[in-house]
Formats: sequence, C-alpha cells, structure tokens
Amino acid sequence: MSPETDARLSELLRAALGGDEAAYDRFLRDVAGLVRAAARRRLGVSTEPDPEDIVQETLLAIHMKRHTWRPDGPVGPWVHAIARYKMIDVFRRKGRVVTVDIDDFVDDLAGEEAETVHERDIERALQGLTDGQREVVSAISLEGRSIAETAARLNMKENAVRVALHRGLAAIATRFGKSDG
Amino acid sequence: MKTDDLIRAMTADAGKPAVSMRNVWLVALGGAILIAAAVFALFLGPRPDIAAAAETSRFLFKFVVTAALFTSAIPVLRALARPADAAPFPLMLAAPSLLLLAIALELVALPQAQWRPALVGTNAFYCLTLIPLLGLGPLAAMLAALKRGAPTSPVLAGAVAGLAAGGLAAIFYAAYCTDDSPLFVATWYSLAVLMLTVLGAVAGRMVLRW
Repeated sequence: MSPETDARLSELLRAALGGDEAAYDRFLRDVAGLVRAAARRRLGVSTEPDPEDIVQETLLAIHMKRHTWRPDGPVGPWVHAIARYKMIDVFRRKGRVVTVDIDDFVDDLAGEEAETVHERDIERALQGLTDGQREVVSAISLEGRSIAETAARLNMKENAVRVALHRGLAAIATRFGKSDG
Repeated sequence: MKTDDLIRAMTADAGKPAVSMRNVWLVALGGAILIAAAVFALFLGPRPDIAAAAETSRFLFKFVVTAALFTSAIPVLRALARPADAAPFPLMLAAPSLLLLAIALELVALPQAQWRPALVGTNAFYCLTLIPLLGLGPLAAMLAALKRGAPTSPVLAGAVAGLAAGGLAAIFYAAYCTDDSPLFVATWYSLAVLMLTVLGAVAGRMVLRW
C-alpha cells in the first residue's frame, strides 16, 4: 500500500470512528477491493477457498476489532495483519495448508475486481443467529433498509434494532473464530 | 450474501467502538492485582518476621526482580493485543538480567558450602504450588483482555500473559516466602513462572482465536 493510500484510508477510518457513515462505507469498500485482489493473487486459479469468504471475514474482523487500531498510526499494516490472520483461518477451515503469506496490497486494483456471486460462509452463519437478530441483519443488509425503516417494519425501538444488529454481527464474527466455522 | 450487503450492515453498526483497549487493560490489570492481593490476604499473609526481613537486601531484591518481570511484560502484552503493533520484547530482558547479576553477587557473598542449601531452601514445594495458584486469577483476567483485542499470535500472547501473571503472583508470594537467596528465587520462582507461561500458551491457543 502506498503512503498516499494509507493516508487516505487512515483519514477515512478516523472519520468513521467519529461517526461518519459515508467515510466508513468508502473505507470498507476500498479495503474490500485491496483484500480481494490480494486473496486472488494468492489463490491463483484455485477457487477453493472462495476469495470472497476471505474478503468478508476480514471486513467483519476489521469491524469488530476496529478499537485495536491506533488512530495516530498507519492503517495499512493493521489491515494487512488482520487480512493475513483471517486468510490463514479460512485456509485452515477448508483443510488447506496454513503457511500463508499475502503480498503487500497493490493500490490500483482497489475496487476494480468484481466479486463472484454464490452462497457465502457468512450466509450460512446467518442461520445460526436468533430469529430477532437474523431478521434485523437481513433487513439491513440484504434488503438495504435503514435502522429507522427496520424498526418500523419489525415494530421495534431503534435502539433495540441497533443492539440486535451489533449482536448479530458479533455472533457471526465469533462463529468464524471457532475452528469449524 | 454479497459483500455490498455485509458492508451495509457494518456501516449501520458504525461509529465509535464501545470499548477502548486502554480501558480494557485498566480493568484487566487492576482486576488482576486485586485478585492476587485478595488471595494473598485471605490465604497467605506476610511472613511473621517481615519487619526484620525488610532490612535485608536479599528480601528486597525479590520484589525488584518480580516487579521488573510484571511491569516489563505489560507493554509487550498490550502490543500483542493489536495487529501489526511492534512488541518491545527487549524490555523483558530486565528481570533475567537482574537475576543473573544477583546470582553472581550471591555466589561471591556465600561460601561454596552454602550454595546448595540456599538453592534448595525450605519452601520449594510451596513456591511451585502457591505462585501458580496466585497467578491463575490474574492470568484469566489478562486472557480476557487479550480476547477483547485482536492477538494475531494467540500462543505467544497467552505465554506473555502467563509471564505477567507469574510476575504479579511472585510479588505477593515473595512477601510470604522465607527463602530469600537469589539462588532459590532463580530456581523455584522461575520454574513456577514457567508453569504459568506454559499454561498461558496452551490457554491462548484454545481461547484466543477470533
């Protein structure tokens, strides 16, 4: 990752931690592009594991562990370390060799490679949530509803929607932390 | 689920994280010290001749070396909880260096015939039992803190947590134990701390995945 990219992503994540949702969206999309490109380069022609599983689990780990980033430091090495950890985890779960290393991120591929679409491990993990959590996570992610819309539709308080969303994402992340996924 | 959908959910859950690692460590280390102090006060207590012992450099040295181990492990532990943070491992040479220096001085101070009795002491069994027991609660507190973080080397992080817990337990145990020779400390305290280190490494492997 070039110093310019690092500075831009650091700025985005700092803004995101301050509550800027648009900055967070931009940050996650850019990181998704970087991790996707790195995972594809690492996997070559192999389709197992699916690189998108690595992308999604890395993003989820970044989200749940964003308090472990030092806002006064660079963001690239932190993202890289998490991506590497998650890649090893995905490989291990698929029964592949775990001596994984990923190259440094290549800037210009960010966001350019489209993802392939089929059922993800996260989709299966979604089935492990409580009914309430699954409804909320599905409404916001798959149906693209806002917190307010989801609250109105499910007849819940907005705060309860936020809590269910957070717990649902945490439960999915925890599930991936376990060896069998 | 497409990655776009997932990003939408995470963006809706964005904002300031509920925890900071600074607070996590404040609670964990404060808790660890309180647990060790409570177990010490309830089950051990200071040795009867502590006032007289406090006049001797051998007794005081036990606190210097155990406190050095505990305090030097903390910044390493904190770094290991953050991905890509550089852990200041050389700090952890402090306690072993102090111990080597004390051993050298002790070998000069003591006639050779007393080396063996000083090393064997009278409390070796207690030392090997009580330090690990005093350290169990603190180790659990530190593992819980690591779990809130993101340790990319779970086994190493668990081992350093064991070292830190061992150092903390040994500070309290030193006030109870009547063996003060650096030869005793180097042998039995080290072995007891090693037990906690191995336990921490094994526990780290089992509980610190994320």
